Amino acid sequence: MTVKGLVHSTESFGAVDGPGIRFLIFLKGCNMRCQYCHNADTWSTEGAELFTADELLDKAERYRAYWRDKGGITVSGGEPLLQIDFLLELFRKAHERGINTALDTSAQPFTRKGEFFAKFRELMNFTDVLLLDIKHIDSMKHKILTGHDNANILDAAKYLSEINKAVWIRYVLVPGITDNEKDLCRTREFLGTLGNVKKVEVLPYHTLGADKWRRLGLDYPLEGIEPPDEQSIINAKNILGGQ
Amino acid sequence: MSFTILTFIREKICAKGDEINIMKDAWRDFKGSHWTEDINVRDFIQNNYTPYDGDENFLAGPTEATNKLWGRLQELQKQERENHGVLECETEVVSGLTAYGPGYIDTSMKELEKVVGLQTDKPLKRAFMPYGGIKMAEQAAETYGYKVNPKFSVIFTQYHKTHNQAVFDAYTPEMKRARHAHIVTGLPDTYGRGRIVGDYRRVALYGIDFLIRKKKEDFANCGSGTMFDDIIRQREEIAEQIRALEGMKQMAAVYGFDISRPAVDAREAVQWLYFGYLAAIKTQNGAAMSVGRISTFLDIYIERDFREGTLTESEAQELIDHIVMKFRMVKFARVPSYNQLFSGDPIWATLEMAGKGMDGRHMVTKNDFRFLHTLENMGPSPEPNLTILYCSSLPEPFKLYASKISINTSSVQYENDDVMRPIWKDDYSICCCVSATETGKEMQFFGARANLAKCLLYAINGGIDVKTHEQVGPELPKITSEYLNYDEVMHRFDQMMDWLAGLYVNILNLIHYMHDKYYYEAAEMALIDTDVRRTFATGIAGFSHVVDSISAIKYAKVKPIRDELGLAVDFEVDGEFPKYGNDDDRADSIAVWLLKTFMTKIKKFHTYRNSEATTSILTITSNVVYGKATGATPDGRKAYTPFAPGGNPSYGAELNGLLASLNSVAKLPYEYALDGISNTQTISPQALGHTLEEQKVTLMNAMDGYFDKGAHHLNVNVFGTEKLIDCMNNPDKPEYANFTIRVSGYAVKFINLTKEQQLDVIARTCHKRM
Repeated sequence: MTVKGLVHSTESFGAVDGPGIRFLIFLKGCNMRCQYCHNADTWSTEGAELFTADELLDKAERYRAYWRDKGGITVSGGEPLLQIDFLLELFRKAHERGINTALDTSAQPFTRKGEFFAKFRELMNFTDVLLLDIKHIDSMKHKILTGHDNANILDAAKYLSEINKAVWIRYVLVPGITDNEKDLCRTREFLGTLGNVKKVEVLPYHTLGADKWRRLGLDYPLEGIEPPDEQSIINAKNILGGQ
Repeated sequence: MSFTILTFIREKICAKGDEINIMKDAWRDFKGSHWTEDINVRDFIQNNYTPYDGDENFLAGPTEATNKLWGRLQELQKQERENHGVLECETEVVSGLTAYGPGYIDTSMKELEKVVGLQTDKPLKRAFMPYGGIKMAEQAAETYGYKVNPKFSVIFTQYHKTHNQAVFDAYTPEMKRARHAHIVTGLPDTYGRGRIVGDYRRVALYGIDFLIRKKKEDFANCGSGTMFDDIIRQREEIAEQIRALEGMKQMAAVYGFDISRPAVDAREAVQWLYFGYLAAIKTQNGAAMSVGRISTFLDIYIERDFREGTLTESEAQELIDHIVMKFRMVKFARVPSYNQLFSGDPIWATLEMAGKGMDGRHMVTKNDFRFLHTLENMGPSPEPNLTILYCSSLPEPFKLYASKISINTSSVQYENDDVMRPIWKDDYSICCCVSATETGKEMQFFGARANLAKCLLYAINGGIDVKTHEQVGPELPKITSEYLNYDEVMHRFDQMMDWLAGLYVNILNLIHYMHDKYYYEAAEMALIDTDVRRTFATGIAGFSHVVDSISAIKYAKVKPIRDELGLAVDFEVDGEFPKYGNDDDRADSIAVWLLKTFMTKIKKFHTYRNSEATTSILTITSNVVYGKATGATPDGRKAYTPFAPGGNPSYGAELNGLLASLNSVAKLPYEYALDGISNTQTISPQALGHTLEEQKVTLMNAMDGYFDKGAHHLNVNVFGTEKLIDCMNNPDKPEYANFTIRVSGYAVKFINLTKEQQLDVIARTCHKRM
């Protein structure tokens, strides 16, 4: 039986989610509850549209002319790794079609155990690059920010380094929450132990997602927090070695 | 050889009147022979241009003279803005080639101007041009507080007929009704039709005397002696052209230049060419007065001067900066109704760069970089309407530089050379926004747009206009069913389009007949081959709304809300339907059908002077005015609200991002819209990438993909909606003085748009996924 993906939406033009111009696929379902999440409407799997891998790839290929030598598809979410069977099929078929694949993940479902790990290892054969979020380097603060601690997430980063899989680190800069200089330095130290980081992106927190929380009838936890100023962005980039 | 000796020799040669030697000197070091015997600028370019594959690092900044002159001009522009958009209007002198003595940006700095010549005696002063219509010319002046000398009213009503009077003498009542109801709008019946691009390069390459000699040969060979209408007319037109060429010489002499001979160096080439263009804008006030494909041509002169060691890069850039400054100064006096239609004081001094030759070589030269660089040296500007003839196989450094300029200035448009070259070859210009014309070989009869959204309403309402309750279209049965039936609507719409296409073509036939007769473009036509090919360019407005309306009727249930007269004044739509702009073939195939159907209908009718009919999906800013005159449409568009511009999808219809929208537009076959399909997109810079380097590459890749799919045109705006809102609310901030945005086919300073149009632009989709 063909596995179907629980899809929130697709977007034909993504230029800041992996290399080049990319077709974006947002899957539904996530266990994290990040306070700054700008896709809160993808947490639940309710209301998802079902697509087969081929249906999505046919859709994506309508934009192949724009990808040139670097672009392709990026799967984001939600948390794509929660649908690892589907993801495996999607990326395997994408590679059969010669499509570059990027996986945008928080790595929250990651474990080096059991069936998941076997599938994950196979998935990596069909994944060209991972966009890995480091939400917070401090486990306690990570838990407050996302509802989960970060041990297995940092372990995922280590594993990807071990197998030398290309990774872009993404770090959302939230004033008062993730911009503490000490934390930034610790993050840098951790990144320094990895040998596979191709790029570090500092993403300034923005408030565009707040409205989605309200529409879902939820209180927005970061109410009143403004996007970081230019100087603190530069500061964070300098420390993290990012752009 | 020193300059003085050269000058001495030249004078000697001239004194002898030896044309062969004059030509030899002016054409020294140029290759090829065909162009030396016949007028053939294309052949000259192909034999002599130097393709450039490098990047922008060679470019030079503005010279002190450029900074001073541009500084002065910006002061004048500020005064113009403070004076309600017009600095001064002429009230005593009828514009003409030699109506004025010399004029300068600032007389005290005139020696700094490397390129001279103004439309009137003062910078930004608007000329009095009554030949299109005296009332319009008077009203234009009155709008800004000027009173034209009353004697002109007598002269141009009692002693000399104007184009406007002639057209209204001949209009039928049906034509007047259609015009009044805005089912055809923007008819050039009160001002110049424009869209004729003289080959201004000919003035530089050949000098006026050679051109006169060739026209005299044409005159001698015109007809066999039997005087048919067309021969008589042509003889008269050639005579007019020769007179205009003589006038150009006198016009240049006022500034101390002898353009009877060809240009001998780059500075003269730039100046001579500009004189050709100046002749056009002194004698015609067409809506679009394009400059044409001059960049590669001028580069040949600059390269020769480089080889001879007589010009530096800084001096070359200065020449280009100064001619561009002149293009930024062109003004016409317009009435308020015109400004509503074409907002922001545009004149479409469209100027092309790049493209490829028929032999496969790209035609990017260093001069293309210089023209783009004017936007850095002197800041963003709507004019000239810089147009890149794009294809993915152009050199990457050039594509990246163009992307960078787009990202920083939003002042450039792109048109697909790969779809135009097979039809218009490799020396076409763009007249107006998106309409190709073979330089020096063709002219256009253009005018207005057929409001197809209104036409669809007429189909539903039996030809009665819901706004005026007038019977404008043919009295067909109204559709009376509770829900609109697809087959019935399509049948009626087909009949109504037949009527509209015929009426529209015939209105244009009439207008262009009178324009040729009473407002003939002698100066521009003097720089075009006598055996000119003519296109007959029609246009479509309300395109996306018709497509989505038909889709709604086909895929959802549409219930008309009827008024007491039984006219459908609004529509209730029950259910989902695919919309144009989402790469959904169900909707996009309707779009293709609509274009093909309308074009096929237009082609059935006789067109004036056996011209070749074409059409465009291009509205400029008139989408606002057309929309305001049109009732609610079945796609859910509210009554009397703006249409989407040009070939763009409707507001809020694009739900799958930029590329899905681009794919939809790219499906429209250019072969059926040879007059062009405009598409304007606004992208937030953050959506293109985190750094300028990333943004440049993204934009380049997006355009490569779009144009490889066969799309025709793209206006690229790079800014966020926030900036537009801030600019609307704080127009006096200095950074907004030159803030330029691209609108359907042209660029405009945002602060010069009406509030209504500003809101319209803000309402459009900004692609900003981050």
